[in-house]
Amino acid sequence: MLSLTALRGSSSPNHHSESHMPSLKDFRQRIASVKSTKKITSAMKVVSASKLRRAQESVAAARPYAERMERVVSNLTTGLSPYTRENILLTGNRRADHHLIVPVTANRGLCGAFNSAVVRETRGLIADLMVSGKQVSLFCIGYKGHVLLKKDYSEKIVYFVENIGTKITFSVADAIGRRIVSLFEAGTFDVCTVVFNRFQSAISQVVTRKQLIPFQMVEESLAHKTHELSGTASRARALYEYEPSEEVILETLAPRNVTVQIFRALLESVASEHGARMTAMDNATRSANDMMNNLTLAYNRTRQACITKELIEIISGAEAL
Amino acid sequence: MMLQFELVAPERLLFSEEVEMVVVPGCEGDFGVLFNHAPMISALRPGVLSVYRNGRVVERLFVTSGFAEVTGTTLTVLADEAFVVDSLNRVEIEKQLARAKEALRVADTQPSRAEAERQVIVTETMLTAIRT
Repeated sequence: MLSLTALRGSSSPNHHSESHMPSLKDFRQRIASVKSTKKITSAMKVVSASKLRRAQESVAAARPYAERMERVVSNLTTGLSPYTRENILLTGNRRADHHLIVPVTANRGLCGAFNSAVVRETRGLIADLMVSGKQVSLFCIGYKGHVLLKKDYSEKIVYFVENIGTKITFSVADAIGRRIVSLFEAGTFDVCTVVFNRFQSAISQVVTRKQLIPFQMVEESLAHKTHELSGTASRARALYEYEPSEEVILETLAPRNVTVQIFRALLESVASEHGARMTAMDNATRSANDMMNNLTLAYNRTRQACITKELIEIISGAEAL
Repeated sequence: MMLQFELVAPERLLFSEEVEMVVVPGCEGDFGVLFNHAPMISALRPGVLSVYRNGRVVERLFVTSGFAEVTGTTLTVLADEAFVVDSLNRVEIEKQLARAKEALRVADTQPSRAEAERQVIVTETMLTAIRT
């Protein structure tokens, strides 16, 4: 948004010069306003940079738990004994008619394409599912996504969380996870997918879909496992012994896995948000700088023109005498 | 041969080293895990994980609840919350215990009652862990 107004500002002095020269005062005012915009954008950039560092640390800190959890659940699902009662959170309820989509966005804007990318992906997903005759519900996380999606899909939104706070704790994710699991158990939907920005680096965030229910084994965790398997033969896919029982373990592990994956998506999204905002503000600061240079140049030229004009007037006045 | 032991909590990795043995507070009683233990998954009760090296306890770690996954060579504990016992502050936990007891006294619904009870048990176990 800021960079747009900045562009508009830079083209205006040229327009003016055709019809009527802007006065020196106009230039000074415009330079001052660009300068104060630049101050704001560069301050926001610095703030985002420091927030980004903290967010990156918490993503890194949460990664081991999420990975181990996924591995344990993968091991569990492959090694399930055929006599155990199925856990529908892991295996699904054998239907795929009703989808729940969970778009994760930020509470605030000014972060480039961060929010619109998730919303676009969600719209695409909804359109695809509708074409193939499925039903769709939405569970919005983040103010921006909710506001943007409400316009077209207000009747599909079953739940929304607008303010998840600045610090993502596990209990926040736990509350959301429990809500999703209880919706599933109430039969509201059959398949649940999260759409969020995965953090790659400060300048690149990748919109990612991840299926939460039923559990989907991830290739990276599989690759990880085969790598370990080749090292130690004893790690072969043995059947576990369960304490207290397979059912009880699955009943607690399966919803916990949903929570963990949501926790991870939230952290990735927050880190991406700060990265995106930092880049957006960096661009805005840079274009404010460019604009200031252009304006200063035009200002000096106009000033010089004024001086020359005055000199000519004085000289021709003196010659006339 | 040594056992690869990892303790992870949702917000951080607490411990990842090769050890000789770990005694785990399983929900149906403590069990020791050594190299080549049969594969198992067990739920945990609030208690202390004791890490052994050369026949002596080298580290004590408190977990509130969670799971332990044992394969032949590794032990992975996925804890809901975990602390190094030495880092626990007795005064702070006594305060928490008092708060939990108060919450239990005023709890009127079944879920809040269960939660308060759990909290009382966790903090009481924590205090025992510090004393021993």
